[in-house]
Amino acid sequence: MAKKVGKQMKDLVQLSGNLLETAFILYLVATLFFGGGIRENRGRDKNAGPNRWSKIAIFITILGFLSQVGYFILRWIAGGHAPVSNMFEFTTFFGMMLVGAFIIIYFMYKLNTLGIFALVVSMLLIAYASMFPSDISPLIPSLNSHWLYIHVTTAAIGQAILSLSFVAGVIYLLKSIDTEAKGKRSFWLEAIMYTLILAVGFMFVTTAFSVADYKADFNWIDKDGKERVASYAMPALVGPHEGELITQNKLNPKINMPAIIDAKRLNSVIWTLITGTILYWVIRLIFRKRISTLLKPLVKKVNLDLIDEVGYRSVLIGFPVFALGGLIFAMIWAQIAWTRFWGWDPKEVWALITFLFYAAFLHLRLSRGWHGEKSAWLAVIGFAIIMFNLIAVNLVLAGLHSYAA
Amino acid sequence: MKEVKCECGHVNPPGTILCEACGLALTEEAQKETLHDMRYEGSARRSQTYNKSIIDKIWNFFSSVKVGIWLIVITLTASSLGTLLPQVMYIPRNVDPATYYSDQYGIFGTLYYILGFHDLYSSWWYLLLIASIGVSLVICSIDRFVPLYRALKNQRVSRHEGFLKRQRLYKRVEATSQTNQDFELVKQRLKEKRYNIREDDGNLLAEKGRFSRWGPYVNHIGLIIFLIGGMLRFVPGMYVDEELWLRDGEIKTIPGTNKQYVLENKKFTMELYDKEKDKQVYGAALDRVGNVVKSFNSDVVLYERSPDTTIGDNDNLTKIKEAVIRVNEPLKFDNYAVYQIDYKLDEFKTMTFNFLKKANEEIKGEVTIDLFDPQEEYDLGKGYKVELLGYYPDFSGFAENGEPQTDSQTPNNPAFLFNMISPEHPDGEKSFTAIRQTLEPLGETEYKMTFKGITTQNATALIVRKDLTLWILGIGGAIFMLGVIQGSYWNHRRIWLQRIKGDVLIAAHTNKNWYGLKREIEMLLKNTTIPEPEDQNDKKSDNNEKIE
Repeated sequence: MAKKVGKQMKDLVQLSGNLLETAFILYLVATLFFGGGIRENRGRDKNAGPNRWSKIAIFITILGFLSQVGYFILRWIAGGHAPVSNMFEFTTFFGMMLVGAFIIIYFMYKLNTLGIFALVVSMLLIAYASMFPSDISPLIPSLNSHWLYIHVTTAAIGQAILSLSFVAGVIYLLKSIDTEAKGKRSFWLEAIMYTLILAVGFMFVTTAFSVADYKADFNWIDKDGKERVASYAMPALVGPHEGELITQNKLNPKINMPAIIDAKRLNSVIWTLITGTILYWVIRLIFRKRISTLLKPLVKKVNLDLIDEVGYRSVLIGFPVFALGGLIFAMIWAQIAWTRFWGWDPKEVWALITFLFYAAFLHLRLSRGWHGEKSAWLAVIGFAIIMFNLIAVNLVLAGLHSYAA
Repeated sequence: MKEVKCECGHVNPPGTILCEACGLALTEEAQKETLHDMRYEGSARRSQTYNKSIIDKIWNFFSSVKVGIWLIVITLTASSLGTLLPQVMYIPRNVDPATYYSDQYGIFGTLYYILGFHDLYSSWWYLLLIASIGVSLVICSIDRFVPLYRALKNQRVSRHEGFLKRQRLYKRVEATSQTNQDFELVKQRLKEKRYNIREDDGNLLAEKGRFSRWGPYVNHIGLIIFLIGGMLRFVPGMYVDEELWLRDGEIKTIPGTNKQYVLENKKFTMELYDKEKDKQVYGAALDRVGNVVKSFNSDVVLYERSPDTTIGDNDNLTKIKEAVIRVNEPLKFDNYAVYQIDYKLDEFKTMTFNFLKKANEEIKGEVTIDLFDPQEEYDLGKGYKVELLGYYPDFSGFAENGEPQTDSQTPNNPAFLFNMISPEHPDGEKSFTAIRQTLEPLGETEYKMTFKGITTQNATALIVRKDLTLWILGIGGAIFMLGVIQGSYWNHRRIWLQRIKGDVLIAAHTNKNWYGLKREIEMLLKNTTIPEPEDQNDKKSDNNEKIE
């Protein structure tokens, strides 16, 4: 009996994984249709409403979203707890909620362009999530509480809605900035594009070496003088402190890092930079244009005032949700699980920073001088803070939330 | 400064820019504007009116949103610095922070410690920043709320022509024969859209969502209450935070409860995930990371000590309840909460030694020492006796004078100095016995103590908390959330429809979400002769205001 149930559960996990993949593919298809919608819209009457391409696109987006909701529910049933307990689960959920937030905003403003960029960012998030182990992990005692899904999902939904303002911001900048001119504005806009390509580079290189099943082990000495083994999944360009290659026929690095630096992570960063940069320049050489220039046609018909309002609206909708999930629910749970509602753990501090940043954003919006392009840049910084909280705080700054890694 | 009487007859407080009642521009600057700044309805704010005394200056400084934003930005930047290295409460407890930061993080660590960043969030300057934000919240809110409230309360339906003309959404056309009919139609539609409609002399003011204008002030009140709650923690008696270690079977007074409560730990249990018994889907993850703790909990009994019994007397205790404390499920009683926080498995409890003769290994007796309650001597009968001359629960080596050292009173590495008395040696032979180590400091002995066995027990770590500020923080948080929702999810919209000198004037204002307002007006005016108002911002994009 138990065996049978076990097998059913495994099938459920399998099915849930398939639904996630289906969702990803549907998002990709929907992106193309939104692109078609923009093409079709040229020369169309402004008040004619969405064209057929857009209607199909939003339909496929909703289908993808439902498929991902299916993934979420099945995984919840199979795992016995809300699938938001590690990096893989949290990041896919974040991606899903970004799509959800976009769907809501779409029905308010009917913007195809927003669809393209929101779906691309969602797909990047989901792809990034898949770089982490996707096994269903058992909960450690402190996570074993209803507050897990109450706090984590609300915080993620808040962050996803806030991230939509970044999507709107990028569209605003692509439209308003002359990408071919020299200067700070076009440089930094291109830097955003480059960063997104780096993310693609990271996934590309991780997947490539994972498919090739690359593995090299090193003996090394940590900062307390203890001997340890580090297992590299990418060829080591930099080795660990006093590292000694123990796997045969693998790349032996020329330099070793001091003990204080996490050499394995640094190695991934270097590979990401190399691959991303190559990818970036390949695109530039093929099209002989900056990426921001390449994307210009997509934003040609965008109304700047409208997209500015979409960005502001996203912050207005997302800010209360984030405050509730990321701070208030977080404090209630921390009081129950960790005995104190606030303990200056890095994740807590960065949630506070996110909150303060968007609070500053909302106050700046009181003056017209900060509408438009300045707002758009702020939205980009806000997203950078959210990503920092997701990636760096979990993986680099040690703290109580590090279990997520 | 004097009160300003407008030509419409309304008396405005000193410093008013637009008449509260009719909206006429009262200052020269306002008359020159092509669009009104409607954020605070042109009301008389104290900060914009007085600037003489020192109080005025302080008031004006903190009433500025710009200052508020700077405070927020400085605070968030400072906060981020504290996450670069672990804060002092997260480093191991038994080390000196000064050396820890230098040892672990080198020069950067030393600098971090010297600058006080290791305890950044309790530093005077960080607390000062938070306090300044609090002051800014209060002053900004009062400076704006009072005049804004007055202006919205005193507004009349019929506005001055100049007021309408300087709204962002505005249009003026000639009236037609259909106008009256259309007014009625629009009025009907406005009602359906749940506008409050006021009429005066054929003019119409439709308004909805005014309460959303109070959202920011409500959420600021919530924040202030929250900050006050945070400060109250420093009032004695409001806050208790103590740690309590209990071994299996141990009974102790709960610290921080004025010796009123006593807790007994009947048994501590820790459970790991089991690949066989638990969900099979965890298998892969367990294979990857190894053992994962599933739960840990203490079976406890809570007692109350009656006030007249002496401290330490555990005989006259009243049992209050039995409970299981586990992570996420604290034991609560009388404003206190006891949390499961940590544990220690297999702590040494007793050690047993054989007393034997070296020559023939003949066992003369057995000594069992309770590591928490060692006796001075153990009589084995027949002239055999063991005296315990020294006990070192956490033996860490010998001092220069040869004296054995102990690090703590916890039996992590127990060591003993025995005096073995036998019929052959009535004065005894000395033996120093530690785990895997026997020394005979005063020469070779005939007898020896050999290790036979050990028993262990578990210990549970609990945290005792009392926090009487929680309900204040809760109220503050709830008010904050209500205010934020009130201000974010509703908009304050007004539409004016007026007839002046045979013309129809339409103007509209919202505090945010202009696109939505325009769409709503489009629906309201559909198939009428009243034109949609134009967005005057589209014409003048250079109308940049500064933040004050």
